Amino acid sequence: MKLTLHVWRQSGPTAPGRFETYVAPDVNEHMSFLEMLDVVNERLTAEGKEPFAFEHDCREGICGSCGMVINGRPHGKTGLTATCQLHMRHFSDGEELWIEPYRAKAFPVIRDLIVDRSAFDRIIQAGGYISARTGSAPEANAILVPKPAADWAMDAAQCIGCGACVAACPNASAMLFLSAKVSHLGLLPQGQPERYERVQRMLEQHDAEGFGNCTNHGACEAVCPKGISLDFIAKLNRDMLASALRAPVAQE
Amino acid sequence: MRALSSLWRLTVGKKIIMAATGAGLCAFVLGHMAGNLKIFLGREVFNHYAEWLRHIGEPLLPPTAGLCVARLGIIACAALHITMAVQLYLLSDAARPTRYNKVDNSLVLSRTSLMMRLGGVTLGAFILFHLAHLTWGWICPGEYVAGDPYNNVIAGFQHSWLAAFYLLAMVPLCLHLYHGIWSAFQTLGLNSPRYNALRRPLALAFSLLVFVGNASIPLAVQAGVLHL
Amino acid sequence: MELNAHVPSGPIESKWQRHQFDMKLVNPANKRKYNVIVVGSGLAGGAAAASLGEMGYRVDCFCFQDSPRRAHSIAAQGGINAAKNYQNDGDSVHRLFYDTVKGGDFRAREANVYRLAELSANIIDQCVAQGVPFAREYGGTLDNRSFGGAQVSRTFYARGQTGQQLLLGAYQALSKQIAAGTVQMHARTEMLDLIVIDGAARGIVTRDLVTGETKSWLADAVLLCTGGYSNVFYLSTNAIGCNATAIWRAYRRGAGFANPCYTQIHPTCIPQSGDYQSKLTLMSESLRNDGRIWVPKQAGETRTADKVPEGERDYYLERLYPSFGNLCPRDIASRRAKEQCDAGRGVGPGGGGVYLDFAEAIGRLGRRTVEQRYGNLFEMYERITGEDPYTVPMRIYPAPHYTMGGLWVDYNLMSTIPGLHVLGEANFSDHGANRLGASALMQGLADGYFVAPATLGHYLASTKLAKVDLDHPEVKRTEEEVANRTRRLLDNPGKRSAMSFHRELGALLWEKCGMARNREGLTEALRLIPQLREEFWNDVTVPGTGESLNQSLERAGRVGDFFELAELLCRDALEREESCGGHFREEYQTEDGEAQRRDDLFAHAAVWEYAGEDKAPIRNTEQLDFEYVKPAQRSYK
Repeated sequence: MKLTLHVWRQSGPTAPGRFETYVAPDVNEHMSFLEMLDVVNERLTAEGKEPFAFEHDCREGICGSCGMVINGRPHGKTGLTATCQLHMRHFSDGEELWIEPYRAKAFPVIRDLIVDRSAFDRIIQAGGYISARTGSAPEANAILVPKPAADWAMDAAQCIGCGACVAACPNASAMLFLSAKVSHLGLLPQGQPERYERVQRMLEQHDAEGFGNCTNHGACEAVCPKGISLDFIAKLNRDMLASALRAPVAQE
Repeated sequence: MRALSSLWRLTVGKKIIMAATGAGLCAFVLGHMAGNLKIFLGREVFNHYAEWLRHIGEPLLPPTAGLCVARLGIIACAALHITMAVQLYLLSDAARPTRYNKVDNSLVLSRTSLMMRLGGVTLGAFILFHLAHLTWGWICPGEYVAGDPYNNVIAGFQHSWLAAFYLLAMVPLCLHLYHGIWSAFQTLGLNSPRYNALRRPLALAFSLLVFVGNASIPLAVQAGVLHL
Repeated sequence: MELNAHVPSGPIESKWQRHQFDMKLVNPANKRKYNVIVVGSGLAGGAAAASLGEMGYRVDCFCFQDSPRRAHSIAAQGGINAAKNYQNDGDSVHRLFYDTVKGGDFRAREANVYRLAELSANIIDQCVAQGVPFAREYGGTLDNRSFGGAQVSRTFYARGQTGQQLLLGAYQALSKQIAAGTVQMHARTEMLDLIVIDGAARGIVTRDLVTGETKSWLADAVLLCTGGYSNVFYLSTNAIGCNATAIWRAYRRGAGFANPCYTQIHPTCIPQSGDYQSKLTLMSESLRNDGRIWVPKQAGETRTADKVPEGERDYYLERLYPSFGNLCPRDIASRRAKEQCDAGRGVGPGGGGVYLDFAEAIGRLGRRTVEQRYGNLFEMYERITGEDPYTVPMRIYPAPHYTMGGLWVDYNLMSTIPGLHVLGEANFSDHGANRLGASALMQGLADGYFVAPATLGHYLASTKLAKVDLDHPEVKRTEEEVANRTRRLLDNPGKRSAMSFHRELGALLWEKCGMARNREGLTEALRLIPQLREEFWNDVTVPGTGESLNQSLERAGRVGDFFELAELLCRDALEREESCGGHFREEYQTEDGEAQRRDDLFAHAAVWEYAGEDKAPIRNTEQLDFEYVKPAQRSYK
């Protein structure tokens, strides 16, 4: 099939960007989306032009590196799929695609389709962990975790940190990402001692990074390649309320 | 203190304040409607009810003090609700300085969620109008009789444009309530797999109830069921 | 090259314990005076950086990805082994040790493997404490499953995403240290060379992948935790960015490279669909528990799977290995699949695949049960191929997946360059010639959390290092060499992309030095690879500049190193005149086609020493003694 691509090109965070149009004349339906981009880039290279940059690594939907907005939708149209596992059989001959980077103040563009998502790392650094000094852990089975809690925690822990939730949110909010980590750790007995302080610190960092706030639209849930549920945001809110009103927080 | 003040500082805190004040305003809307429906019981009952509102809390409190407190409470709720809304709007607006060139409309899962801000502004304007009409008596000055709300309501709604306007105003109110109530469940963390399925229907039932209850008065006046 | 493994004396059960006591300690107050560089942020690197930072060292951690959370450890699916014996099925440290040595076809160092088995239990404790959401039983205890044909259930797992969860555990511990200021994280920064001063590893030269800036970093010790080199084959299950540059540059600076020919080919991957293919996707080995592998008996069969009658199908693994059947070890399953495809009985486009059929399992267990067990894998298969495995048999083909070879290390995980420690898949590891399923995660974390933090202190406390600064001539010289290489790539007046060369190299290596190797093919490869490398340096084109983010430049540098590594890989495969584990030499097989080890000649690790540009590398050996597990022929008949 033949596709027309309008790809966002931008040389740096402050440089002005623009769409450039490329034609992909021989797209095979078994290609992944990124392989289709590879082929276009290979052709640009052969023509002596500079290929466009896009982020990718594992190409099996787990590292969270890839992510671009395809026709207004992060990770494209299939749902529950990262861009790297989006296959060309979902497109049809003659289609026109607009490919843009994630757009959010907290995710400045580095180059072309690559954005800087280090804000996510800083949110985790603010408190997205359970303190457990290496070598000090008790026997693993000394901590019993009810199976439903473990399963639920795992649902949240699956987040790959790709940032599609931010990209899709009309407010560029990172609440789905943040709530997934807060819920993963807060659902487990090991996570209780730091539970409320964690919420406060992570939210503080979230706001400082310039993400917007959640208005319960649900666009994040719709594009999440791992299907992280909006329910975790409700859990986060409850923990936030508890942390503000009654729980002991040691940061006074 | 730092933890408590996070309700003011952090965006989730602001949302919680919005949800809590929203819940207060919902309670008011419901009470207000219940009181107004007394109009169907006749001039005496209705005017007596209106008079009684001035004496809430007596003899513990001096006359009209109870009403003042209630009014201040409502005004505080509304003020906080609006302040938070404006602050959050500005924060969110700043969070995406560059817009997408191509928008996928299928990503907007809930149409009513989009209407919250616009609906809120419309609603604010309507409430001012409502106060001007029935509290301050500015809209139909010739017909307004202080101390006779029964007269004021029915005389007003006998103008069909005014009745139609009130009916129309119920639409943004109820849409705002519908999404707002569901959203408040989410924001206050009232979320459990066991009850989640009930949240939307509950929000719908509440907003429909408010719609039907409030709409019944202008309709009844227009239909001649209520008259002076 | 001196190869002293520094294995402590005494009975194997108490070696590590005694060694821990014998090692020198760094005074807690002095730890912050030491600066340690950790390259890589996967299970080994992330765990080591977090632990060392927590102990008080000043750590600089580097990764080429945009975040330490993206390291390729994240993609491991199946699980992590530990000798906890929670299932009361007879597991023990000794049994895990035994299984690992035997599974590695008797080509691993016993003392290291024993320590690994011993530490496996601590790893699970550590990870649970960090909040890794392992699968649980209804009583709240940890669940286990049997994995990769093991006879005991010792594998801990978190759905099909165990690697992800363990990595996130390490990443979170690392994040805490970054916030505490003990670890400086340098993401999007690639190591391009090692700085060796007075014979000791003292730093690295990096390129900032965003600004293009080349910079040197000095330290008292360097830890390489940069993973394996499967991407030398171009198509592998590794992430696109996985590369061998860090270990290869260290090799060129004097670190011994052990057993490069030990590469593991995973049998259950989704076959290649076309020339544009950029990577192969692995599906959990657990599929072989219920799926039956077959090919049509008739070569060149054109009918679809459902049209081939039962009698015309060859369930070749069940036929050849009646007792293990479809569950025979990875290397055997892979090699037999290749055999079938080479004989023209392969299925799917280009004949590059065999069927993995669940029809019988669905009939026997019902669709529901199959869905429960493999639902997510079936979904993944359908997402990629567009075929529904409930109705059409899956097609699978082996793909390079893990490399047992790597930089040689002693018992303390130190390479032949003092101060250069190598952890995880990057070292020549505890897996011998073949790695068992669910053991890679175990090794990465054991090295990172427990071994290196202990042995590094010993090195620092017992070594007197001179003060050096960035003006040292050796630093300048290394920087200069890096800059020259980058400039050469950028200024090359060529026509072809690095990716196209990589693809060609990979195809050649896969053909000549893939699942089965022979003298003729390897000799041929050793003739062709240098030619292709020559062509690469003459004809590669790298668009863009060096002063900005330039993915073509990153790729070209990595491919340049893969060319050299590929040659060493073939050389090692040629010189190892036996078959063992992942290394199968067609000349050395039993009558019924099984691998034939030659313990009298090759019970050693081959450690290659760099001799200089265009000079043949020197092959050194470390003799492997088997005191506790007696070498025997593996049999799965």
